[in-house]
Amino acid sequence: MTDLMAGKRGLIMGLANDKSIAWGIAKACAAQGAELAFSYQGEALKKRVGPLAESLGSDIVIPCDVSEGASIDAMFEALRERWDRLDFVVHAIGFSDKNELRGRYLDTSLDNFLMTMNISVYSFTAVMQRAEKMMTEGGSALTLSYYGAEKVMPHYNVMGLAKAALESSVQYLAEDLGRDGIRVNAISAGTIKTLAASGIGDFRYILKWNEYNSPLRRTVTTDEVGQSAMYLLSDLSSAVTGTIHHVDAGYHVVGMKNVDAPDMTLEKKDG
Amino acid sequence: MSDIEDRVRKKVVEHLGVEEDKVTENASFIDDLGADSLDTVELVMAFEEEFGIEIPDDAAESIQTFGDAVNFIKSNS
Repeated sequence: MTDLMAGKRGLIMGLANDKSIAWGIAKACAAQGAELAFSYQGEALKKRVGPLAESLGSDIVIPCDVSEGASIDAMFEALRERWDRLDFVVHAIGFSDKNELRGRYLDTSLDNFLMTMNISVYSFTAVMQRAEKMMTEGGSALTLSYYGAEKVMPHYNVMGLAKAALESSVQYLAEDLGRDGIRVNAISAGTIKTLAASGIGDFRYILKWNEYNSPLRRTVTTDEVGQSAMYLLSDLSSAVTGTIHHVDAGYHVVGMKNVDAPDMTLEKKDG
Repeated sequence: MSDIEDRVRKKVVEHLGVEEDKVTENASFIDDLGADSLDTVELVMAFEEEFGIEIPDDAAESIQTFGDAVNFIKSNS
């Protein structure tokens, strides 16, 4: 099957480079015939997103700063000039000051707490407020979460709270939008070394731990998240909404370290 | 020319699309090779992948030139 998404039009938000989870999702949807539009924030990302979009045959690349309602409005106005209908949205956006993604959560500041919640949680709701009006034939929305929403993960800190709130918002949005045939889901992806993850401390250790201890004994790729996302964005999942789908090699079911896994100690370097 | 130097230079040329002979010891990624702030993060990620090492943030911030990158990798791999 190569046309599971033929005739569907989707907006991809949060693509940074070819290591992005959003890129895995975009490729999987395009391979099944979806037409795509992309948003980006700032010139540095524009020069990355443009060529990637073009390689998938898309020339719809629109600026959007999700922290500003007016910017989200402007993006949807620009999108409406090209498309009269929208079928799916991918929200792959989160942000926090990286200085607060280490040390104790307890030390988080109010400013960064509010900024993290605004960009990582509220932006999805804000986007869906506008997307609803263009999803005239129903639709599917997807956001990305992480296991740090459910359990304490090292260094994830305030982002863990944000992902918990984001996952909760998926349920409320699913209820509010369900009567219009719009489905809302999240993928809780396993650890992947993306540009965003470069802000998280000891990431290589966390990757290795997942590789040793997940039921599949490996980490996951952006292409694998893309395939699962394609299912949630296509009609294959037409009765699925409000769910948090783990694409993490099974890590979320594990209660303790695998007894056969090697012991790991973090090398501590001075400074 | 060391093997590490060659591999680092190859990654820089690949990522920034610059001429090989521009990548000299004192060439600054941002000032001389046209990198933006995201390029520097992506370069550090590419070095980590190529050499199987972790480059912590504070070290990454001190890697400004090609020579800085080669020296860090030499003493940490």
